[in-house]
Amino acid sequence: MSRGPVHRELVVTEVGPRALVVDHGRPGWAHIGVPPAGALDGPAHALAQRLVGNPPDVAGLEILLGGLALQVTDATTVALTGPPGGLVVRTGGRERVVASHQPVHVHAGDVLVVPAPTSGLRGYLAVGGGVAVEPVLGSRSADTLSGLGPAPLEVGTRLPLGPAVPTPPVGTGAVGVSAAPDAVVIRLHLGPRAEWVDDAAGRLRAGTWTVGSTSDRVGVRLGGPELERAEAFRGVELRSEGLVGGAVQVPPDGQPVVFLADHPTTGGYPVVGVVEPAELPAFAQLRPGSSVRFVPLRA
Amino acid sequence: MDVRPVGPEALLVDLDGLAEVDAVGAALREALTRGELPGVVDVVPAARTVLVTAPGAREALAAVRALLEAIDTTAPRGDRDAGSVELPVHYDGEDLELVARDARCSVDEVVDLHTGATLTVAFGGFAPGFAYLAGLPEPLQQPRLDTPRPRIPSGSVGVAGEFGGVYPRTSPGGWRLLGRLTDDAPTLFDPDRDPPALLVPGTTVRFRDAGQP
Repeated sequence: MSRGPVHRELVVTEVGPRALVVDHGRPGWAHIGVPPAGALDGPAHALAQRLVGNPPDVAGLEILLGGLALQVTDATTVALTGPPGGLVVRTGGRERVVASHQPVHVHAGDVLVVPAPTSGLRGYLAVGGGVAVEPVLGSRSADTLSGLGPAPLEVGTRLPLGPAVPTPPVGTGAVGVSAAPDAVVIRLHLGPRAEWVDDAAGRLRAGTWTVGSTSDRVGVRLGGPELERAEAFRGVELRSEGLVGGAVQVPPDGQPVVFLADHPTTGGYPVVGVVEPAELPAFAQLRPGSSVRFVPLRA
Repeated sequence: MDVRPVGPEALLVDLDGLAEVDAVGAALREALTRGELPGVVDVVPAARTVLVTAPGAREALAAVRALLEAIDTTAPRGDRDAGSVELPVHYDGEDLELVARDARCSVDEVVDLHTGATLTVAFGGFAPGFAYLAGLPEPLQQPRLDTPRPRIPSGSVGVAGEFGGVYPRTSPGGWRLLGRLTDDAPTLFDPDRDPPALLVPGTTVRFRDAGQP
């Protein structure tokens, strides 16, 4: 059989719970209802791109609880970041396990298998040249709320890759990695509607919350002590207002939601506080059942 | 005007009404477009607020505060040429009779009220291309459903509170539904079009009764 030029592609051969194309997201469109989207664990995604020598605005994959297998049609460099773990490379009948958080050279026809991590939730896979699906509003990210961007990966999905990059990958051994924690203490900037919750600072400081199993890319749903409405705001409806990532919204049941990258652009329940931006990526890796405590900071 | 921090990288401006929101939202958007607010990413007007975000650039918010102090929210705004749109509707919505009952009129009168109004896009949000339409006749200003529907078909035309709206794509929602756009109605959201949203602030919108399909 004669073949044309080889297209640089990833071909999905197995999928786990969910794998998505992600990049830096599409900020700047909130006024027309478009969520920011993008990698939930931004630092892990950026590190993976650096490890293979890609520029920072390139797309990679966000893999929830592993289970993903991909065949590469051409030799390239890949790197897996996120929680520590191995990456399996199948060449013909042979398998080798290589460590995460380092550049790995693979050959045409090799199959990469991303196993489930032993801690945390989401791995980030970068491939030399990046995943080059068509951008939508300046981003290649899948958006699970609005449906913009590429669909979740399925068996048979073929993802085009960008041109191989001229910059050399960074060296190995440069990155220290530790297991994703199952308990975190998070700084929370109170406001803009902290007064809607009775003794917001006191309740937030005293309580411990548990990550709920319905958490997703829209938000982490926390269960724990009820954040009760302040007397003056009982039965009052808040008009919908703009939301940011990291906003902690309190619905009528008093169980808070921490909004992540696929959050709706506006919301109609009071936001009691906003997670310190540097600490938000931790929520990408919190498994259901993990515990969250807050250190409330006065605005 | 009351300015509240939303974490270290955003501000929420509390305002008294849609006219103030329009003035502040437009002034900020224009300054952003002119490149006068480096670091600012989003300006998000809503019913009584404008959110301004500067992710990774918290120092940019000082310029926003300075600009807010200089805005005269009472000055009449010049006419914007945001255009006008006519949207053809099949008035067969699931909540038509509920809306008629609460408006104390007939279903035909609901349709007359809705098609007789000239609405104006106040702001966008909720979903890509969704626009909150101000100027709804008073009898049609009705509360949301007690229980939101899990799935509202794309093109559904509804009312909630002081606003009218059209669902650009299938989504959950709690608005009372009057009908749905015809198949040949203009596309509300197309990411490959500039601008992607058909209904931008200031656009006037009229609904037309297209009869039954």
